[in-house]
Amino acid sequence: MTSFNAKRVRSDIPQLNRVIFDRPITYLDTASTSLQPNAVIDAMSRYYQLRHANVHRAVYQTASEATAAYEGSREAVARFINAPGGAGEVVFTKNATESFNLLAKSWGAKNLKAGDVVLVSEMEHHANIVPWFQLREQTGIEVRFIPTTDDYRLDLSKLDELMQGVRLLSITGMSNVLGTINPINELAAIAHQHGALIAVDGAQSVAHAPTDVVALDIDFLIFTGHKMLGPTGIGVFWTREDILDAMPPFLGGGGMIADVRTDGYTPANGPTRFEAGTPPIAEAVGLNAAVLYLEGLGMTNIVRHERALAGDALTRLALEFQGRVRVIGPSDTTDRGAVISLDVEGVHPHDVAQVLDQFGVCVRPGHHCAKPLMRRFNLAATVRASYGPYSLAKDTDVLIEALSTAVKMFG
Amino acid sequence: MSNLGSNLDDLYREIILDHYRSPRNRGELDSPPAIRVEGFNPLCGDEIVVYLDVEDGVLKNIKMTGSGCSISQSSASLMSAAVKGKPLDQVRETIATFKQLMTVQEATLAHDGEAPVVDLRALGELAALQGVIKFPVRIKCATLSWNTLIQGLDELN
Repeated sequence: MTSFNAKRVRSDIPQLNRVIFDRPITYLDTASTSLQPNAVIDAMSRYYQLRHANVHRAVYQTASEATAAYEGSREAVARFINAPGGAGEVVFTKNATESFNLLAKSWGAKNLKAGDVVLVSEMEHHANIVPWFQLREQTGIEVRFIPTTDDYRLDLSKLDELMQGVRLLSITGMSNVLGTINPINELAAIAHQHGALIAVDGAQSVAHAPTDVVALDIDFLIFTGHKMLGPTGIGVFWTREDILDAMPPFLGGGGMIADVRTDGYTPANGPTRFEAGTPPIAEAVGLNAAVLYLEGLGMTNIVRHERALAGDALTRLALEFQGRVRVIGPSDTTDRGAVISLDVEGVHPHDVAQVLDQFGVCVRPGHHCAKPLMRRFNLAATVRASYGPYSLAKDTDVLIEALSTAVKMFG
Repeated sequence: MSNLGSNLDDLYREIILDHYRSPRNRGELDSPPAIRVEGFNPLCGDEIVVYLDVEDGVLKNIKMTGSGCSISQSSASLMSAAVKGKPLDQVRETIATFKQLMTVQEATLAHDGEAPVVDLRALGELAALQGVIKFPVRIKCATLSWNTLIQGLDELN
């Protein structure tokens, strides 16, 4: 049984005690990076204070402890996403972007040939676009885009047509701009019917909804530590064991080998084959603590809390500004997360964010690394407010107060 | 705006908001004969196109199109008003003085707090942009049009 109390979560996050320009910080940039609870910070500190050593090498006590901590984190992540083959299917990378590069440059380079199609969507982060373009330059694959409807959903009306020749459907679980939650179950079934595999960008979704790779029936899952209350510097790449075992190594060097001779090398088996060099050990320890913390809160509780916050914010923004502030994303909470992009009529997002900063409000102005989506909606940028398990409705109070000032100032 | 910091008042001075709302020298010139240069700020998506009509060493006309934040757009508008109709050596002088204004903060740090003297009177209305240096991430917004102008002048050579 888990209990959830957002005020208690808030008290676990030291940065939320910050005062900015004489006002308590209002942190609404969780989609960019989440804040860390003490559980994560303390776990990393304790690791450095007592147990730091390199992993997989030495035989002394602290080295065994560091190795156990690193591998233990893999197990925690495997449990968190219900990896059917356990920890052996979890590769640690630097971030979600590196995970996508691993997917494209290892699995993609080996399995895709000229003319094969990788189907992505218009609402992808650049991390799920650029590596495919790079692979296209090398091998001549085709990169195809699922369009977006005017109400900010995937346009699946011509999906059967779009699926022709597709070997991989690579798609986000939740848009980092629109907040739209995509129907991964449905897409996985369609991909498999067409003999394609499906990769899911979970960067925005894993910390905000339960993720079960078996129930979703997906083939790859990619996410990052720092958007799920964990540290920066660690990302996750998950795929089924049979797929992972057939993937060629990615980065070369120490740690990823079984043997090196003067005439060549033999790569290691399992996840370490993709983890060249000293891995992010303290970060893995922090990620493990973040997973435990999220499990303690209960993912379904987080969904409920954030959906309520999103619903409240959408209603109040519409009431308060009567169209002067437009939400770029679904207008209700159906299949939608608490990532709310705003277009303030006549005020550039950077100016909005600058005024908001004076109220201690942290939001992200810009294209959110999703330029194809911005072009689709004829926007150069938006101001994005994004919530987390530590967010409260009073964050929206301050957001609205600050937005009103920006509107008046430039009106 | 009384509840806001004076820094913000410094940044969004009335002159800046005025040039943002009613930008001067907005539009296009036929190119050729005018020089056409594009400038981008890939980080924030701001863009600007500057058209320059140079004759006998004088910047006879300047027009601009583009989109961006109030700082980038007002800086462009203020720039156009400051350089239009001026001989090129005077244009270059204005650019140099403005760039100096925008680097004062770095220079201040480098020289133990001794800021180089920028002749604010020489800058006229452009001096309204000095508040930008308190917001280092916005300096790129203010200098976008100027760097684009420099690029255009370089094409003359």
